[in-house]
Amino acid sequence: MTAWFSQHGRSVAQTLQRFARTPLGSVLNILVIGIALSLPAGLYLVIDNLKSASHQFATDPQVSVFMALDADHTEVARVAVRLKQNPRVQSFKLVSRDQALQELRQSSGLGDVVDSLPRNPLPDAYVVNSKDNSPQALEALRDEMAQWPRVAHVQLDAAWARRLDAVLRLAQLIVAGLGVLLAVALLAITFNTIRLQVLTRRDEIEVIKLIGATDAYIRRPFLYYGALQGCAGGLVAWLIISGGVWLVNHNLGELSHVYASLFAFKSLALTDSIFLLLIPGLLGWIGARLSVGRHLALIASK
Amino acid sequence: MITLSHVSKRYPGGYQALIDIGFAIETGEMVFIVGHSGAGKTTLLKLLAAIERPTSGSVVVNGQNVGALKPLAVPFLRRNFGLVFQDHKLLFDRNVFENVALPLQIMGYARNESARRVRAALDKVGLLKYEKSFPITLSGGEQQRLCIARAIVHRPAFLLADEPTGSLDAEYATEIGDLFRSFNQVGVTVVIATHDQTLQARLSPRVIALKQGALAL
Ligand SMILES: Nc1ncnc2c1ncn2[C@@H]1O[C@H](COP(=O)(O)OP(=O)(O)OP(=O)(O)O)[C@@H](O)[C@H]1O
Ligand SMILES: [Mg+2]
Repeated sequence: MTAWFSQHGRSVAQTLQRFARTPLGSVLNILVIGIALSLPAGLYLVIDNLKSASHQFATDPQVSVFMALDADHTEVARVAVRLKQNPRVQSFKLVSRDQALQELRQSSGLGDVVDSLPRNPLPDAYVVNSKDNSPQALEALRDEMAQWPRVAHVQLDAAWARRLDAVLRLAQLIVAGLGVLLAVALLAITFNTIRLQVLTRRDEIEVIKLIGATDAYIRRPFLYYGALQGCAGGLVAWLIISGGVWLVNHNLGELSHVYASLFAFKSLALTDSIFLLLIPGLLGWIGARLSVGRHLALIASK
Repeated sequence: MITLSHVSKRYPGGYQALIDIGFAIETGEMVFIVGHSGAGKTTLLKLLAAIERPTSGSVVVNGQNVGALKPLAVPFLRRNFGLVFQDHKLLFDRNVFENVALPLQIMGYARNESARRVRAALDKVGLLKYEKSFPITLSGGEQQRLCIARAIVHRPAFLLADEPTGSLDAEYATEIGDLFRSFNQVGVTVVIATHDQTLQARLSPRVIALKQGALAL
């Protein structure tokens, strides 16, 4: 057990020595990986922020239920009963046709025109708040209420929120695609780095093989190198994003004073941060494994 | 115990390096393999350590058929051997101490146990004062002795040496000869491929002579 630990400890030490032996190359590699990773991770963060903002704006999406023009009082009241009994409805408010006309008269400055109308052209309406404000639930509620007798039309006031949601979903898909592409790029970068290392250490590899090193022993420092390089790239990406968030919040200082909660740009959550370190590390490990396996086989066949 | 029977080795180019070789080496023996350049001495040593595989016949070391060994088992076979290579095979980006520590590192020895053994091995070959030097700064003979130190540091059961006195002056060749004898006296089986007549005269070992790949009697 101690032997196992000291072997792995030595491998880590060897790996760090390898980084130190080619400092410029190592730093450049890590920067490239970090910048490449910060792209999808940053976009992911922007989308995440937009999503929560859109949810915030759309917290109280309202549904307007317009009655038929010729619906009478009892028919309008029957809809009120249905609304009261409907488990999906949070609350509702009647806006009577007289009330609506009154508001129109006052708010539009068209008092004279309104007065000159031979009769009230507006229907009775209910403004309904749903318990569940997800787009699907709102749509279902709308479809249900549209079926009710004497209901002429149901209007979703939060349609824009749904559209934004759809756009963000698409953007998320694009970011995921970008993430996959960059994961492949990270594999390729690691593959190539390790290829060069194996080739420059060819003599060493041949000698230690001759004196009894197992393949696992030979592979280990390269795998650590790939994994550490990936993690370091992830760390760089994390720093870039955190710096970016800090800058945004700093420059939005005044705005965020006014709209306190709305414009505070959230940084990466703890779990996201951990993933940002671990996934590149894992990819680096895989890239190194593929590379070292292939190139050791090439050396052995010579 | 090493047993070869009907061993032939043909290299990929078609060159027949060994032809129908058969002999046995008992545990604790000292054996010289002699013959002209190109007779197949190095090839024979390589077959013992599974560096090359026989084209036909069997090479058995401690009951294991070396020629049929699975790749995963080869490293563990090699740890039974101390190998002194004709071309040294030192690592020039590591110092003397680190070169000798290599086999112990591979086998997972703890650091201080390893350091103790490395110093003992270096002391034996007279290189202790150079432990921090790099191999490039050593003379040919010193490099040869460094290679021997690396071969014995893990106390192998078999010591296989290919021209171990090739680049040594007479005085050191004698010392190295005594060194091999001392390993042999503590029970190490020693197999040496060499042209060196003086070494042979001094150690008076059992001799296996090769001539153009075949046993010469
Ligand atoms: N890898 C190889 N591929 C093809 N031919 C080889 C290979 N290694 C050795 N040979 C040939 O096999 C023959 C025996 O070689 P070997 O190295 O065993 O000779 P040796 O007895 O050790 O000679 P020396 O005393 O010069 O070291 C030589 O003719 C050599 O050219
Ligand atoms: Mg030879």
